[in-house]
Amino acid sequence: MSATDSTDPGQDALLPRPFAAWFSARGWAPRAHQLELLARSRSGESLLLIAPTGAGKTLAGFLPSLTDLFARGRIPPGSGFTGVHTLYISPLKALAVDIERNLTVPVQEMGLQVTIETRTGDTPQSKRQRQKLNPPDILLTTPEQVALLIANGEAERFFKDLKFVVFDELHSLVTSKRGHLLSLGLARLRRLAPGLRTIGLSATVAEPMDLRRWLVTQVPGADHHAGLVLGPEGARPIITILKSEDRIPWSGHSARYAMPEVYQAIREHRTALLFVNTRSQAEMLFQELWNINEETLPIALHHGSLDVAQRRRVEAAMAQNRLRAVVATSTLDLGIDWGDVDLVIHVGAPKGASRLAQRIGRANHRMDEPSRAILVPANRFEVMECQAALDANYVGAQDTPPMTDGALDVLAQHVLGMACAHPFDEDALFAEITSAAPYARLSRETFSRVVDFVATGGYALRTYERYAKIRKTKDGLWRVSNPQVAQQYRMNLGTIVEMPMLNLRLVKRNARGSLGRGGATLGKVEEYFLETMTQGDTFLFAGKVLRFEGIRENECLVSQAFSMDPKVPTYAGGKFPLSTYLADQVRAMLADPERWRALPPQVRDWLSIQHDVSTLPKRDELLIETFPRGSRHYMVAYAFEGRLAHQTLGMLLTRRLERAGLKPLGFVATDYSLAVWALDDLGAAFKRGRPSLSDLFDEDMLGDDLEAWLDESWMLKRTFRNCAVIAGLIDQRHPGREKTGRQVTVSADLIYDVLRSHEPDHILLQATREDAAAGLLDIARLGAMLERIRGHITHRALDRISPLAVPVMLEIGKEPVSGEAHDHVLAEAAEDLIAEAMGEAAMREAEAGRRAIDGRDQE
Amino acid sequence: MNRLALAAMEIEDFGSLSARTVIAGVEAVCDPFGALYLPAMRLLVVSDLHLEKGAAFARRGMLLPPYDTLATLKILEAVIARHDPAIVVSLGDNFHDRVGSAHLPESFRSRIEQMARGRDWIWINGNHDPDGTVGLPGQSADELHYGGLAFRHEPSAKAAPGEIAGHLHPSATVRRRDKSVRRPCFATDGRRLLMPAFGVTTGGLDLRHRAMAGLFEHETLVAHLLGRDRVYSVRFANLLA
Repeated sequence: MSATDSTDPGQDALLPRPFAAWFSARGWAPRAHQLELLARSRSGESLLLIAPTGAGKTLAGFLPSLTDLFARGRIPPGSGFTGVHTLYISPLKALAVDIERNLTVPVQEMGLQVTIETRTGDTPQSKRQRQKLNPPDILLTTPEQVALLIANGEAERFFKDLKFVVFDELHSLVTSKRGHLLSLGLARLRRLAPGLRTIGLSATVAEPMDLRRWLVTQVPGADHHAGLVLGPEGARPIITILKSEDRIPWSGHSARYAMPEVYQAIREHRTALLFVNTRSQAEMLFQELWNINEETLPIALHHGSLDVAQRRRVEAAMAQNRLRAVVATSTLDLGIDWGDVDLVIHVGAPKGASRLAQRIGRANHRMDEPSRAILVPANRFEVMECQAALDANYVGAQDTPPMTDGALDVLAQHVLGMACAHPFDEDALFAEITSAAPYARLSRETFSRVVDFVATGGYALRTYERYAKIRKTKDGLWRVSNPQVAQQYRMNLGTIVEMPMLNLRLVKRNARGSLGRGGATLGKVEEYFLETMTQGDTFLFAGKVLRFEGIRENECLVSQAFSMDPKVPTYAGGKFPLSTYLADQVRAMLADPERWRALPPQVRDWLSIQHDVSTLPKRDELLIETFPRGSRHYMVAYAFEGRLAHQTLGMLLTRRLERAGLKPLGFVATDYSLAVWALDDLGAAFKRGRPSLSDLFDEDMLGDDLEAWLDESWMLKRTFRNCAVIAGLIDQRHPGREKTGRQVTVSADLIYDVLRSHEPDHILLQATREDAAAGLLDIARLGAMLERIRGHITHRALDRISPLAVPVMLEIGKEPVSGEAHDHVLAEAAEDLIAEAMGEAAMREAEAGRRAIDGRDQE
Repeated sequence: MNRLALAAMEIEDFGSLSARTVIAGVEAVCDPFGALYLPAMRLLVVSDLHLEKGAAFARRGMLLPPYDTLATLKILEAVIARHDPAIVVSLGDNFHDRVGSAHLPESFRSRIEQMARGRDWIWINGNHDPDGTVGLPGQSADELHYGGLAFRHEPSAKAAPGEIAGHLHPSATVRRRDKSVRRPCFATDGRRLLMPAFGVTTGGLDLRHRAMAGLFEHETLVAHLLGRDRVYSVRFANLLA
């Protein structure tokens, strides 16, 4: 095999003989983007390939490395250690395994002397050891494994021959903390193998330039980015919105009304994928379908909480085309091949145009045939949202989330990992880290604080010098203090912090009514979900109605309930908030009666009546309605900024209304609007200008009010816990080890309290605030909204509830009332006992105590 | 950190924020800091201080904030100033690990000496610190019997009228409508009393947990929960499972 094969100009030479022969034996020709990628990569470029599903993206990504390996030929035995040649990194373990299968076949058929292996969390220890001594040419792996490999003392040797790093589904990797960790890993790989080229594979994204920068070394003052290769556009999908005979509900998320039509659609297709946004929606839909499944079509359920074995069974049945439909959550979002899907049904609104496009791409992997999809809105606002998403899909709009600056907790983890690999020089590591796009703007000072945090916890009270994890030695290098530190690092590596989960075990009650032991494990459920339950409550899981029996150690015991109606409504809120882009589209649609024509008559009527009795907000306007109902006064704000931003807004507004003496009682937030209720007449107060709406909605609420609220917010505590685990302050929980999730949660809360009151500027608290602002609180979005609506607030004081207000008003009572759980809960519970046991005198005493506290609050 | 804030406040009518109870005929006050005061003996009980917990973790490679000891001591100072007891009983797990008292920084040691001046101080040994304390005022003991009451770290398995114990860090959950609140608590059925953990970084174990089984008569069991700034008393039947 001579290398001259590939030095001639032209396509034939570009593709060595076995490759060309392989294509032609199948009657195929390599596609233009595959050849372009190959040619440009060969000239030394790092590249981003954007192409739709089914365009041969994976093969394209591997062609440069396969042809390079072909030119290299087989390494003669005895020629010493050869490091890994190509690293392929995928966000999912399953995807790496899938690729191994799909890549091994052509490699064997072409007769290439190339070894391909996977390395994931499931790879046995012996195989991992062997891989270190004798690496494969192509290693298929995950971001966490990359972090482990580079933190190893052997990393230099292992990666010295590295030529290519291929990132699959790059768009889904880069926007998370996992992506931050991987970007730091890539920076290290570039140091170990300076000549390496990167190839990113991605679906269409809003800002390709972000990904192109991510793939290459960043240098201050220069704009470095990878080359861009665009694949062909796929056939336009055929998307429809489900038309139902039945009335479209005002609110809710179950889409129960449309079940007959959904079932009919399943019957008319070979295999349908039904996507929903949350686990509980999946459960609900699955049950509803089986209630009407007269032909007993094989319909299965797939979500992340289910037992792994059960999920694997569904996947296998799917691959063998034995199923007619699968109800799934985001676990099936990413690019795994699942047999012959010819229809995607999306129940509930898609929440983002890009997400919808991605999910629709699951149907039909042949890119030249259009995929078919049906959207099933669950309520009237969702009808508009679906229509907006549908329009967006046709115009090819993209609303993938923007890239964020690299998180500091992830950086702390990486710094420790680098010390585990080899003693490091602080300046050199800083230069390396800022070459990664997410950390390009990191200041030297912040970096030093992170190093200090890793070493001794970074406390102003410097008491832990003797317990330091890493120390600066005389040669000026930082090194780990002892081997246990490296071991602890390996145990805690990763950025996915599991919420505390409990196993669900199905048990039987015996004749005497006591609970048996043993029984099947059904899967896992979040601990916070169980916290609200009492014995006897029923809920849906794995398609069954279960009765909550209690918690025993780290297991939740349940029994089969003999009822069809679960008592606890398990809807846990939209998992994905409405994207900014779609929100804007919905507002635009609302403001423009021309666009209502695409909507079903019921929804059109609804909007027309709203127009008559109140008004419809203009695109950039904030409409506030106030009206009395029962003994309360309501305010509904139609902000369309998604549930998270509305929750935060609700918290802040109630604080302000409280201060204005208007006695707010509670609020409920949906993706579209926010309802606040109070004892005092809010409408009248706004009219008098006490407070005025512009003051109420002033951007300064993101100042002191936000700070004050954050101080006691559980959201910040939850965020802190994640940051503390990722940064290595507290240990990641591992199954079977001493503590239950609850105990870890509690102690992280307590650590947070202590740290906040003694060192509020600690770097981990800084990381927590940044995280919460971007995540759970969605402050950026709220801030943008407050700025947008300044001077554009319209107030309508109504006599009664308006049509547009009905959806959010119906959520009251269905959803837990938002607000922090305060001591008044305790006070109420205590009153029973006081009244009963101690008589009126004690009541008076308790009242006096409360007055004392109230008096203090006012000081 | 509400106890720390409360400790810094001036409160005139402190008694109204506490709960009164009777254990084996002895009157007792459960105060909002989680300390128990027995007026007849001028005896103050605190339990499970877990001092130097942060340092104990740091010794094992987890660099938790080093501020817990100071915070716990500040609250303890406020409690002692408030009640001015003749006797202080610290009911075990005074330090988070065996070497905690030996490694205690000097500034903390002198704060404890200051607090102990003019009083008897008894350190009951706990499972975390079974060897007693080193270099601190007062005396160490496995149990104390005084005034008809028995003070020990771990509650005994069989019925023990007049027992004051710690160790289990009792907490309880109250639920009203959609909201639930979980707080540390004193737990007593009138015969035995379990102390809440006093240390600022100590977690809790629910009163309905198996480890608590058989300790109390549920009919008369009341949880005195530590609220934000006062104690709330709730009957066992009204607590969330």
